[in-house]
Amino acid sequence: MSAQRRSFLRHSGVAAPLLIDNIDTDQIIPSREMKAVSRDGLGEALFAGWRYQAPGGRTENPDFVLNRQAYRGAVFLIGGQNFGCGSSREHAVWALKEFGIRAIVAPSFGEIFFGNCIRNGILPIVADGGAVRALARFVEADPQDHLLTIDLPQQKVSAKGADKLEVDFEVDAYAKRLLTEGLDPIGLTLKREAEIEAFLSADAASRPWIYP
Amino acid sequence: MGRTLFDKLWDIHAVAESGDGAAFIAIDRVFLHERTGGVALKSLLEAGRAVKAPERVFCVMDHIVSFAEGRRRNDARSPGGSVFITETRAMAEKTGIALIDTDDARQGIVHVIAPELGVAVPGVSIVCPDSHTCSLGAFGVLAIGIGSSEAEHAMATGVMRVHKPKQLRIRIDGALAPDVTAKDLALHLITTYGADGGKRRAIEFCGAAVSAMDPEARLTLCNLAVEFAAFTAVMAPDDKIIRYVRGRPYAPSAAQSRAAEAHWAGLYTDDDAEFDGEIHIDAKDIAPFVTWGTSPEQAAPVDANVPAFDAPGGEKVERARQALSYMGLEPGAAFSDLSIDGAFIGSCTNGRLSDLRAAAAVLKGRKVAKGVRAVCVPGSKQVRAAAEDEGLDAIFKAAGFEWGAPGCAMCFYAGGETFAPQARVVSSTNRNFEGRQGPGVRTHLASPATVAASAVAGRIVGASSLGALEGAA
Repeated sequence: MSAQRRSFLRHSGVAAPLLIDNIDTDQIIPSREMKAVSRDGLGEALFAGWRYQAPGGRTENPDFVLNRQAYRGAVFLIGGQNFGCGSSREHAVWALKEFGIRAIVAPSFGEIFFGNCIRNGILPIVADGGAVRALARFVEADPQDHLLTIDLPQQKVSAKGADKLEVDFEVDAYAKRLLTEGLDPIGLTLKREAEIEAFLSADAASRPWIYP
Repeated sequence: MGRTLFDKLWDIHAVAESGDGAAFIAIDRVFLHERTGGVALKSLLEAGRAVKAPERVFCVMDHIVSFAEGRRRNDARSPGGSVFITETRAMAEKTGIALIDTDDARQGIVHVIAPELGVAVPGVSIVCPDSHTCSLGAFGVLAIGIGSSEAEHAMATGVMRVHKPKQLRIRIDGALAPDVTAKDLALHLITTYGADGGKRRAIEFCGAAVSAMDPEARLTLCNLAVEFAAFTAVMAPDDKIIRYVRGRPYAPSAAQSRAAEAHWAGLYTDDDAEFDGEIHIDAKDIAPFVTWGTSPEQAAPVDANVPAFDAPGGEKVERARQALSYMGLEPGAAFSDLSIDGAFIGSCTNGRLSDLRAAAAVLKGRKVAKGVRAVCVPGSKQVRAAAEDEGLDAIFKAAGFEWGAPGCAMCFYAGGETFAPQARVVSSTNRNFEGRQGPGVRTHLASPATVAASAVAGRIVGASSLGALEGAA
């Protein structure tokens, strides 16, 4: 929905480390927390199984990283390998977005989750395991002061006062455009409608069984 | 240079280059379900857009529907879940897509009914906002699991904008032992190479062990490719697949089938095609597997023990310790010493007729152990009807299994009634994630035969051990 689209340029803030491999989308948003045919209202259920003491409850588990005072207001996550694997539920990304997460740095991501992030203004950054652990150690030393800055146009993660930790990252040109300009992918693709129609009419002749 | 099967599927659907390395790929069929498809339809309608080709978009109720015998069309298995059914139905009717409703005789889990209905036939491209869409690659389908926004994009434009993935070939030589299934093979693969081992590759499964599988077992193997972090999986369609799809409702008509089958005959990897990676597995090295942790990569042969982790180790060992803690297990424990509270047979992974037959072969003349809640939910109404024609339902019920109405059922918890916290459950499903089957529930993934044997023994055992255990008792 275009009204909800937002751009990502340069952001600074608190980063929370969640260095667990294979964090799946069932952890990010348990299915029991998906209560409406909607993208909204999911932020408070983010990581519900870990974040709250009882299923369905809202009493915080004080040990969970996002509940700790030092990580209040986190806007970035530092994750483990295969972050966001599992179910395709885009609700995981909608929950992260509503909670206020703007970017996630991890060694690798679940494929569908990665695409879902880009569609929703969250920047997924792939960085090697050593760089990810170094960033986590940096923020853990003093989370509210050791802020990260993520600059998408420059494709750079920097750590406040620690130049050595700077990480350059790759991002696909199209994803970068979607994120920096907050563009609507459907609108962009529809600009190629003539080619799509030409394909469809040729294909209907060669594979008629596809077209009832 | 020759082309791979995946190259050929890609080329058939290549509409245009994007200009920056990606491609626009034509999407022949979109399949939706009420859990993630409804929100895609809603978004599309709110944006004032139409479904470009509603006659090629399908929608089924499977995720949230009740699995209780005698359910009504809006009955959900979770409190408040009916809204997913009713809203999705209303939007499906408004957009004119093909709706397979709860009370339709064709209803079932999306990846079970897509082959049954002939929606999944060789050479088509299918997207579905569901991660297990890769199952359909078993039929030579370009099958891609996506998010809801991508589904909305596919419905509005008819295409997907995507980078072509790298490719990995996994060849399984030799023959699987009689008690070893596609499920065990997949768990062996994921355990050996890790849950990230597929590295977003398009995987082609081939080799003698794959050729020997029936279409249903092939669907099971491809189904689990997503648990291996694959982009998708494919298999070259052979005579078994072509015989399976012939004459199905949405398959090519009699008049078109000759041309379609001639087209399908070209869907194989050329001898001189190259892959970005190759894995070889010898089928004889594989035993019945069961998971012990909270990721499908944490699995071991059911006749063995939970790994001991007695040596100092790095992150993998730390992760294992956390998983064992959730699972309430000691390192080195024997699976056969673990008493269970629940058993579930069903899902898009192992909810087909051959799965039910394998479980029934174990259950015939036996009883589920005292204190074990055992549930079987056939993957579709067609599976359920075929099973009942063979008398399998009577075997399940006589053994003490509940016999449910088709859908995803207990594969994932969505609220409502389930196994108790800390319950140990052996399940023919695909994910043993924390809380997947309910808060605190400890899921062990295994094949339907292993689930059935464990339900009878009341402990985690393979089917081939059951006779010896009973003799000793």
